[in-house]
Amino acid sequence: MVGIVTYGSYVPLYRIKTAEIARIWGDEPSHPEKGLGIKSKTVPAYDEDAATIAVEALRNALRRKNIPGERIGAIFVGSESHPYAVKPTASLIAEVVGAYNAHAADLEFACKAGTAAMQNVYAMVKAGMIDYGIAIGTDTSQGQPGDALDYSASAGGTAYIIGKDEVIAEINHTISFVTDTPDFWRREGQRYPSHGGRFTGEPAYFKHVMTAAKRLMEEMGTGPKDYDYAVFHQPNGKFPLRVGKRLGFTKEQIEQGLLTPYIGNTYSGATPTGLSAVLDVAKPGDRIIAVSFGSGAGSDAFDITVTDEIEKFNRDAAPKIWDQIKRAKYIDYAQYLKFRRMIVEVD
Amino acid sequence: MVVPRFWRERRYRYSLIGTRCPVCGTVYFPPRNVCPKCGRESVGKMEEFQLSGKGEVYSYTVVHQNVLGYKYQKPYVMAIVQTPEGPRITGQIVDIDPEEVHIGMPVRAVFRRIAEDGKAGIIQYGYKFVKDE
Ligand SMILES: [Zn+2]
Repeated sequence: MVGIVTYGSYVPLYRIKTAEIARIWGDEPSHPEKGLGIKSKTVPAYDEDAATIAVEALRNALRRKNIPGERIGAIFVGSESHPYAVKPTASLIAEVVGAYNAHAADLEFACKAGTAAMQNVYAMVKAGMIDYGIAIGTDTSQGQPGDALDYSASAGGTAYIIGKDEVIAEINHTISFVTDTPDFWRREGQRYPSHGGRFTGEPAYFKHVMTAAKRLMEEMGTGPKDYDYAVFHQPNGKFPLRVGKRLGFTKEQIEQGLLTPYIGNTYSGATPTGLSAVLDVAKPGDRIIAVSFGSGAGSDAFDITVTDEIEKFNRDAAPKIWDQIKRAKYIDYAQYLKFRRMIVEVD
Repeated sequence: MVVPRFWRERRYRYSLIGTRCPVCGTVYFPPRNVCPKCGRESVGKMEEFQLSGKGEVYSYTVVHQNVLGYKYQKPYVMAIVQTPEGPRITGQIVDIDPEEVHIGMPVRAVFRRIAEDGKAGIIQYGYKFVKDE
């Protein structure tokens, strides 16, 4: 049996309300919540980045179940905000956990690099190459100030250790769907991303999530009613509910893993963190479908069953994600600019 | 800090790994190669020791000065943390208003950026502390 052995998430303590962002940019303060379904988003502290978030998420996973570094055979870190352009985040992770014999690499695929990391580790475990591997989705994304993405781009991450012993959630199947779609991009050297307006919804998010979800269920011979929980990539608070409805899922199946209304879009962290919110409450036998989406564009879909092992697993050894969401320190837009290093100093 | 020194110290800075004297049991952080209490007897015997990262504020100060590299974080709190394992560790306390900090406050270690060498240089990571709730 190959699946999740332990997991941990981390979101920064600082938050900004979307109404505060709207106040600065002359938008109606209630619009982002009404239109995007986002009340607030996380903001990394001045000394946090995608690597520190990855370490905190991984340490939460190791608090729940410690896997010694020498048993870790692979480390994949998915992010679109790796601290260095050249120098891997994965090697820092290897050093932190003492996994000196691990195959380590960074991945990038907009918001789906985290699930891509999970698929890579899953494949290596399944092939018998490694006993355990680490997959992390982490980001401190940033939209252009005043752009629609300024309301949603946020920070957070989740780490999974995937293996074949003492599995708390079996990965029954995983598939992907990918096309060349110009919905969102950032050219080398550009600080902020651009998006292709009308390309972002229907031909990008909806087409890829729906195609991947449908094919996964087709190959598994399942339908929406077979799942207790559904996690869809959450660029805003509305898309996951809309795509779920079109696929035949109910709001009740989606709600537990829908975090964007409170923390914003954590990009590579989004689907992995939504899934971790489900694992925080799941019972043996619960079945989960999780589908990510990354612009450019592609989706990874997972069919997961929670095992009896979760009863013995020490979930309370690390803070659950909804508890982390409740702990928040709100800042204003000026502090936000300071934290995000967006104040221009003339020297 | 220069790159080679930071590189040599990365293990204890990232993961709070100190040393323990097997003769008298004293734990040292930063790590020591010789136990000052046991001297020659401890040479070559010091063992690596993983600290828990827990502790409480032994003493602290609030820094208001414009220290290079900390302008965006001031006022910030520097504390001496008493660990249950023995060593007292100096570190920044983050994610807190300075007026909330008090002696005896429980803290735990977190992983943060400590310093960066301009926009092009190396980023130094290590431990800081947050209130343990
Ligand atoms: Zn001694």
